[in-house]
Amino acid sequence: MQPVGAAVPLRVDIAEKTFRSAQGVSVTALKDLSFEVRQGEFACLLGPSGCGKTTTLRILLGLDRQFSGSFQLPEGGSNRVAAVFQEPTLLPWRTVEQNVRLALPKDLRAKNLDGLFDTLGLAGMRSFYPAELSLGLARRAALARAFATEPAMLFLDEPFVSLDGRTAEQLRRLLLTVWSARPTTALMVTHNLTEALTLSDRIIVLAPRPAHVLGIFDVRLPRQHRSPQAISDLLRSFHQKFPGVI
Amino acid sequence: MTARGTGGRTLGDTADTSSRSGPASALIPVLTVTISLLGLCLLWSLAANAWPSRAFPGPGQVWQVLLREAASGDLFYHLGATLGRVAAAYVVAMIVGSVIGILLGSHRGADRFFSPWVILFLNIPALVVIVLAYIWFGLNEVAAIGAVAVNKIPNVVVTMREGARALDPRYAEMAAIYRFGPLERVRHILLPQLQPYLAAASRSGIALIWKIVLVVELLGRSNGVGFQIYLYFQLFDVAAILAYTLAFVAVMLVIELLLVQPVERHATRWRRRPA
Ligand SMILES: Nc1ncnc2c1ncn2[C@@H]1O[C@H](COP(=O)(O)OP(=O)(O)O)[C@@H](O)[C@H]1O
Ligand SMILES: [Mg+2]
Repeated sequence: MQPVGAAVPLRVDIAEKTFRSAQGVSVTALKDLSFEVRQGEFACLLGPSGCGKTTTLRILLGLDRQFSGSFQLPEGGSNRVAAVFQEPTLLPWRTVEQNVRLALPKDLRAKNLDGLFDTLGLAGMRSFYPAELSLGLARRAALARAFATEPAMLFLDEPFVSLDGRTAEQLRRLLLTVWSARPTTALMVTHNLTEALTLSDRIIVLAPRPAHVLGIFDVRLPRQHRSPQAISDLLRSFHQKFPGVI
Repeated sequence: MTARGTGGRTLGDTADTSSRSGPASALIPVLTVTISLLGLCLLWSLAANAWPSRAFPGPGQVWQVLLREAASGDLFYHLGATLGRVAAAYVVAMIVGSVIGILLGSHRGADRFFSPWVILFLNIPALVVIVLAYIWFGLNEVAAIGAVAVNKIPNVVVTMREGARALDPRYAEMAAIYRFGPLERVRHILLPQLQPYLAAASRSGIALIWKIVLVVELLGRSNGVGFQIYLYFQLFDVAAILAYTLAFVAVMLVIELLLVQPVERHATRWRRRPA
């Protein structure tokens, strides 16, 4: 399929984001954070825990408007964004299928989801309630929901944390499969370098709080050639370019 | 008697797990309740025989009165009138109380300002509200139903305010990202989260409302169970008083069993099959 949407890239230019607690303590989470993600590109936002990655995504998702600066989302197609959070955030009182369909725009509500559910291994679980799913399966349902909406921009916030190694690996492969079927401009947050090297076209490396961009690491090697050996070579050259990071 | 908390079953397939406990096990509670009620009747009958008095009729006499009133149609007329008032007051109290409660629960400033009002209204005796409503608005149906609703609204407000405070912002954020419409937010995000609170408010609501409705009828209506009880009080006819009371209690229990519990089971079906 053609890459959908997005003559415009994702352009982020956040001057500052400061949290102020009720006790008057203020924490500057982001400072002069600017980067771009080209259309149809899978980018990773890599940084240590607590550096402000989730904060950045929440701003881009429009959930937090208390910041100075600006950003521009890719356009085209539905003009919609989709997100997979750290928590799957499925509605516990709706089945897996209802959860996915409710997120769809009105004109797509009745669309055929067999292919997507099949690919993600959820075909037999469409009528399950989220409480009946393991965390790995719930994450898959959250992925299904995000991809079903055919978004112009996809945000992922550490979607593979707190899974065992094998489940995480399987889920990464599934993510690549559904993403390759319809390459969408994507920004994924992670603090796992190997994961970033496996999945992304470019890695945006963030400094510890307040987050700003340390540099960009482009991964030009096509994904199908990223064998364990190739990944360890990439790791080495990453550490040469960013000594002391992660 | 809550329908919730029957969980703990393990997951087999998508089939309804409740069908697995056969009809035999479902009969045991029914049997227990029947025997228990029969025991109470027996005790009552023995006591009435031991102290025979017009002021303390046995179950047989009450049953006779019940049959007589049913045959004349009076029973159903008055039960219907009371039931209508209970339903109307319930609907008004739940809607008004929920709207106010949700608003207070989601706006801290408004809550701080109106909290004393809520406490004030919670503590006004039902009788005062009824008397004032009749004085201000006349001895009519609107005043009667309004007075009952006003008595119940503060309770609903407090419960629903609690529910609104417990709303999980993550679901609202998910709905914002995926652009749910306003009606969808109410239906799929708001109401399911508030359901336990709505159920709690309903439950205590119906019990409270029908007791207050009887007082309203006694003070200013010319039909309904409360009016009949007042009438038979003046005639010192205890058998008739008990007949009307028990008939109405029975109606309320049937509503609980056939309406409230099935609705609640349906609304909480997703809770009963944990992974
Ligand atoms: N709502 C909040 N109020 C105050 N401080 C916050 C809030 N959310 C995040 N922070 C602070 O901002 C910093 C960045 O947080 P976050 O974006 O969640 O980091 P991460 O990169 O791990 O996702 C952290 O130090 C955190 O304590
Ligand atoms: Mg985070």
